[in-house]
Formats: sequence, structure tokens, C-alpha cells
Amino acid sequence: MNVSVPTLPSLRLALVGNPNCGKTALFNALTGSRQKVANYPGVTVERKEGNFVSPIGRPVVAIDLPGTYSLRGRSPDEVVTRDAILGRLEGDQRPDMLVCVADATNLRIMLRLVLELRNAGIPMLLALNMMDIARYRGITIDVDGLSAELGIPVITTVAVSPDGTQALLQQIDAMANAGLASTEPHWHALDASEVRDAHHLADRLVDRFVSHPANDRDWTRRIDRILLNPAGGLLILLAVLFLVFQAVFSWATLPMEWISAGFDWLAQTVSAILPAGLLSSLITDGVITGVGSVLVFLPQIIILFFFIILLEDFGYMARAAFLMDRIVGGAGLHGRSFIPLLSSFACAIPGIMATRVIENRRQRLATIMVAPLMTCSARIPVYTLIISAFIPNRQVWGMVNLQGLVMFSLYAAGIVSAFAVALVFRTFVWRGKSEPFIMELPGYKRPLVRSVLLGVVQRAIIFLKRAGTIILSMMILIWFLSTFPAPPEGATGPAIHYSFAGIIGHALQPLLAPIGFNWQIAVALIPGLAAREVAVGALATVYAIGGDASGSALSQTLSAQWSLATALSLLAWYVFAPQCASTLGVVRRETNSWRWPVAMFVYMMVLAYIASFVVYQSAIALGG
Amino acid sequence: MAPIENTAAGPITGVIRLGDGARGLRGLVVAVGFSALSNLATDGKAKRNDGEFDAELERRLLEIGFVEGAHVEILHEGLFGRDPIAVKVDTMRVALRRHEANAILVQPEPGRVGRP
Ligand SMILES: Nc1nc2c(ncn2[C@@H]2O[C@H](COP(=O)(O)OP(=O)(O)OP(=O)(O)O)[C@@H](O)[C@H]2O)c(=O)[nH]1
Ligand SMILES: [Mg+2]
Repeated sequence: MNVSVPTLPSLRLALVGNPNCGKTALFNALTGSRQKVANYPGVTVERKEGNFVSPIGRPVVAIDLPGTYSLRGRSPDEVVTRDAILGRLEGDQRPDMLVCVADATNLRIMLRLVLELRNAGIPMLLALNMMDIARYRGITIDVDGLSAELGIPVITTVAVSPDGTQALLQQIDAMANAGLASTEPHWHALDASEVRDAHHLADRLVDRFVSHPANDRDWTRRIDRILLNPAGGLLILLAVLFLVFQAVFSWATLPMEWISAGFDWLAQTVSAILPAGLLSSLITDGVITGVGSVLVFLPQIIILFFFIILLEDFGYMARAAFLMDRIVGGAGLHGRSFIPLLSSFACAIPGIMATRVIENRRQRLATIMVAPLMTCSARIPVYTLIISAFIPNRQVWGMVNLQGLVMFSLYAAGIVSAFAVALVFRTFVWRGKSEPFIMELPGYKRPLVRSVLLGVVQRAIIFLKRAGTIILSMMILIWFLSTFPAPPEGATGPAIHYSFAGIIGHALQPLLAPIGFNWQIAVALIPGLAAREVAVGALATVYAIGGDASGSALSQTLSAQWSLATALSLLAWYVFAPQCASTLGVVRRETNSWRWPVAMFVYMMVLAYIASFVVYQSAIALGG
Repeated sequence: MAPIENTAAGPITGVIRLGDGARGLRGLVVAVGFSALSNLATDGKAKRNDGEFDAELERRLLEIGFVEGAHVEILHEGLFGRDPIAVKVDTMRVALRRHEANAILVQPEPGRVGRP
């Protein structure tokens, strides 16, 4: 029966379940989407829709939801799930069918939720996911017995294997063919005794239908004995972070040189072909030099994300949160704050989104406010450029690369200042009671080569897209501002001094002189407010048009033109400065008010100025 | 480190709070929630009440699997003040602070009180 019937009505199907049971992995397998999957609870914080066609040709809209342990909706992500299932959202249809997803190695908690979900009045089925792991560990489940007892279809799935969703697809068709009839939801928030009763019922089901072998082949405990060792664990965490930044620095050197050489060659070729003039200048100075100076950092971005994704898929993130709980707790943050903060190493935007798992509004706000202080990947180009221009590339203490060490200190400065700001927030803005820290520690999983590679490629594409859109357009703007108006007749000095960029830069320069910034930096900082990497491209373009670059790499130009004090001051600036418009936009959206993004902009700007001032003046005093 | 000494002093006869347990402690949950605890506990320590906050904590602990009759085992401890702790609750691993774990009363298995 695989003749497709084009007239079949479409079906809305929602995936619900505990955090980290593989809902998004299933969603991706069904719809071919590439939503983020990782091995820690709280990855999905938004609802996502995707389409697929069932084996008999029924169009299906699948809805992926944040994981939850109950329908009460304590935190913003759980509210999304509750509202989607109960149809409480304005203009949103209730799903026709619920696919309850359970981690087959840990069925108990999900069976409790299944009992609660019955009250939603929507036909449902139970998918026992991660069946591969359950099988490996020798866990056996009487699927038919469980299904008969629950009164709903139960099937097994392996979301990460190619044909692991077949049974699910067939069951969806079977249920839809038999007719799906929802009733009015009669759900109410369960009180403690109702939760207890449901639990005891679930426990009896587990006792009857699930059997665990006497010696479980579970590696997690053995690995945790090392990684969660009280003192050793923290040292390992530090070592892991340190190694990642060393790798970002040293492994990337060679490919970066290749890319850089490629762009130089391109610029030379183009300027040889095109007649000298405005067009040639726009393409070589503006587009190739500007965008190229940012694209050079692709290898570093790839290496950084490779490690982040590896750690996420392995299951280390939740361990890091465990190890850091007392430390971030000391700063008044929630233990759950640590994963959003770690995600902010990639980019503050997913980090800020990830705070949705924190139920307490104040603690969530505190986390949002400090997330941009964590060193995001957009700072890498700026840091790397300045470090490679001013910090000698040599080994210290035998094997540590000095440039990598400086990079690591910049990351550390971001972390320390995030904690300090959180503490200030905790002391002066909010003194309330701390929320409980209760978090599931997932079992370790072997990262799948394919999904790690796909994740890295995805991040690389995002980076390239940024270079092709926001950075490219900013470069063209900067080229324009640096080229027009042309200098007046008989003017002396470089033409760029008479351009808009020159005028703006010189006007701002007195304000920035106390922190050691010259007018070129002033010009680069303004478009850099759109995105941090833009500043690198802007400097490249400004120096290229100004004629100071003389064909050499930007870092050589900078080391010839800036003092060490200026360079250090700019590094300090970038630790703090709110140079990212999209972050402010997301803060506005997540907090639903302009107050917080404005507060964030102001406090980061002030900190940046103070930090740069202190660094510059001390460097000058020390003879830099 | 006061809580640990509690459990180390002599053979355990009765129930203890999970938050007072040391690594290796294994047992059965006998009560969850500060309100339930204050009725059971004899040392008066568990008597504290914070209305809504405690009721919320109780439901969260229940929802994540700490329910009467569940098997628990303290697997790992943090560095500072041996806090937080990682607890195996039946088939699942949960990290929580000792403060929250104190809302759970455990009947330890004989000989599995944990490292002194
Ligand atoms: N071996 C195996 N791993 C799986 C399976 N399904 C999911 N995973 C892995 O389990 C982890 C969690 O998967 P996700 O899809 O992110 O889980 P989720 O339910 O969406 O989690 P939240 O969004 O946090 O609620 C990831 O590391 C997946 O690769 C499976 O069937 N077998
Ligand atoms: Mg998900």
C-alpha cells in the first residue's frame, strides 16, 4: 500500500517527553531537519515545526517541544510545552496526536508523565527511544504488556539510526487511519499526593514490564568516578578548557595562512585586471581585504565548535555544571546558569535562549545580563588579530604557547568578570532566595562522527553567511565612508583624512584618546557595534585605503602602527564592550522590555571604557 | 562538613536526611518534602517551614523521581563542602544540592551508610 493518496487530511503531531530523551533527534529523523541535538537536558527551548509525509502519503506537521518532567510549566521552556499541548496559545491548533518519547533506559519518570498527559485528551502513543542503548545494557521491556496496560500503542525507536523510526511511522499511520478523536483537555496541575500516586502506579508498571540485568554494562558510573572526582574533576575541567583554547590557536595557524594567502592572491589578481579606480578599490580594499580579513578565522571557528560539539554530545556539559555549581552559586547564579554560560562561548544568543530552563526570573535575568561577557566566537578574530600582531609566538614553561596563554587569559577575564557582575547583581538588584538546583545527569554517549561533522559544518555555514551578509554590507559601507568625499583640490596628507570616516574618526578620537585608541580604531568600532568581527574587516579596509597597509598582512600593519599599550587596551575593550546588535535584540525579546538591553548596553560600555583606561594608563606608566 | 559527622558517629539505627549522607550511602526513600519530614524527624532539625517554597520543592523532587520507596545512592560529591551531590535514583542520575537533598529522608541499607 504505498500508492500515495493526495487527499489524505494532514496531521499535527507533537513530540513530548522528559528532557534529553531524544525528541529532537526523532524530530530530525522524521522531518530531515537539523535542529540542535546534544546530550544534556534543556537543549530545546522553543517549539519547532517541520513537515514530512508518512509511508502511506499522509502529510504530517511534526512539532518538537522542550523537554519537561510535568505539565506544570515552571520555567519559560516548560510553559511552551504546556501551552502547545493544551492548546493555550492564541491562534494555535491543538495537536491531533502526541508522540510521548521515553528514554528506554530510564522509563519510570516518563511513565509518570504519560499518566499525566492522558488528561490532555489527545490520542497518544509511546515511543521507547534509545532502544540501542537499552539493548546493549541488557535491559528488556515487555512492549506488548506495557501497551495493553497503558491502553496506548507502544513502539521502540532508535532516533540516531537510519531505519530506527520505521515502527513509529507505521504506528502513526495506523492510528490516523483508525481515526483520531481528541476530547476537551481536563488537565489540572497535580498536587503532591497525586504525583505520588501516579509515581507508584508507574513504579508498578516498571516492576512488571521492565527487567534490568544483574550487572549492567553502564560505563557512565566508571567515567564519572574520574570526571566527577571532587578535586580531580575541577582540574580536568580546567585542563579541557585550556587545551581547547590552545588547539584553537595552534592548530589553526597553517590553514589560516593558506586562506590569507588566497585572498592576497585574489586581491592582486583583481587589481591587475581591473583598471585602477573606484571599482577596483571597492573590490580589493573593501570587499576582498575587508571580508577576507574576517574569513581567515574560519579554521579557528571550526576547531572551537568541533570541541564544543564533542563535549556536548559526550555528555560533559551537565558534569561541568555539577562541578561549577558551588562556584557559580557563590556568584549568586543558578547551577543551571552554567550551561547557558558555556554555550555563550559559541555565541551569546543561544546562551541567552538557553536561560529559559531557569525558572526563577531574577536568576534568569542575572544569567542573561552576564552571558555576553563570556568570550563568544565573534571575538576570536579580534583577539587573534591583536595577539598575533603583538604577542611573540613562543613557548613558555616548555610546552605552552604564549599566544594561546594570552587567549586563555582573555577567556578567563570574561568568566571572572561575568561572576563579578553577577555578584553585584545579586547584592544590589536582587537579594531573594536561591532556586533549588536539581538537574539530571545524562548517561555518557559516544559522539557520532556524522552528527559532530554536521554540527561543525552547520556552524561554518553560519559563519560564512554572516561574512557574506552583515560583514560584507558593513565593509561596503566602510569603504564608501572612507572614500567619499574626495579630498579638496590641493589637499595634503592621505585622502582618507578628508572622507566621512576620517571626519567621524577624528571627531571621536578625543573621547577615545584616554584609552589609547587612534582615529582608525574609532572608525572601526562604530560598524563593529553591528557585529564584533566587523571591526577587524573595518581596520583592514581603513588601513588599506589609507595606504598604510602597503600590501602586508593586517597584523604587520598594526604592529607597526600601534603601541603595545593601545593593543592591550583594545583587547580589554573587547572583553567588555557590547559590540553586538543581535544580542541586544535577543535580550529585548527574551525579557520583553527595553529596560534590560539598555541596562546591558550601558553597563558593558562603562566597564569597557574603565577597563581600557586602566589597562592603557598602566601600560603607559610601565613604559609600554 | 558538619553534616557528614552526623552519619559517621556510630552505627546508624534510624533514618537520615539524604543531604547528610556521604558518598556510598545507599537506601530507600521513606519521606519527601520538609513538611512530611518535620512529622517524622525526631531531632527537630528538619522542622522548618517556608510554605510555598517547600511545597514547590517537594513537587519538583517527586517529579524527578524522589518518591517514597525509590532506591537512592550517593554516587559523587562536589569539592567545596562536598556539595552538590550526584544521586542515583532508581535508574537515573540526578545532581542536587545538599540543602535540597535534606528534604528527602532515607532508610540506609545496613552497611551502606557511606564513607565516614
Ligand atoms: N544511542 C542513541 N542516542 C540517541 C538516541 N536518540 C537520541 N540520542 C542522543 O541523545 C541525546 C539527546 O537527544 P536530543 O534529541 O537532544 O534530546 P531531546 O529530548 O530533544 O532533549 P531536550 O531538547 O533537552 O529536551 C543526543 O546526544 C542524541 O544524539 C537513540 O535512539 N540512540
Ligand atoms: Mg530537544
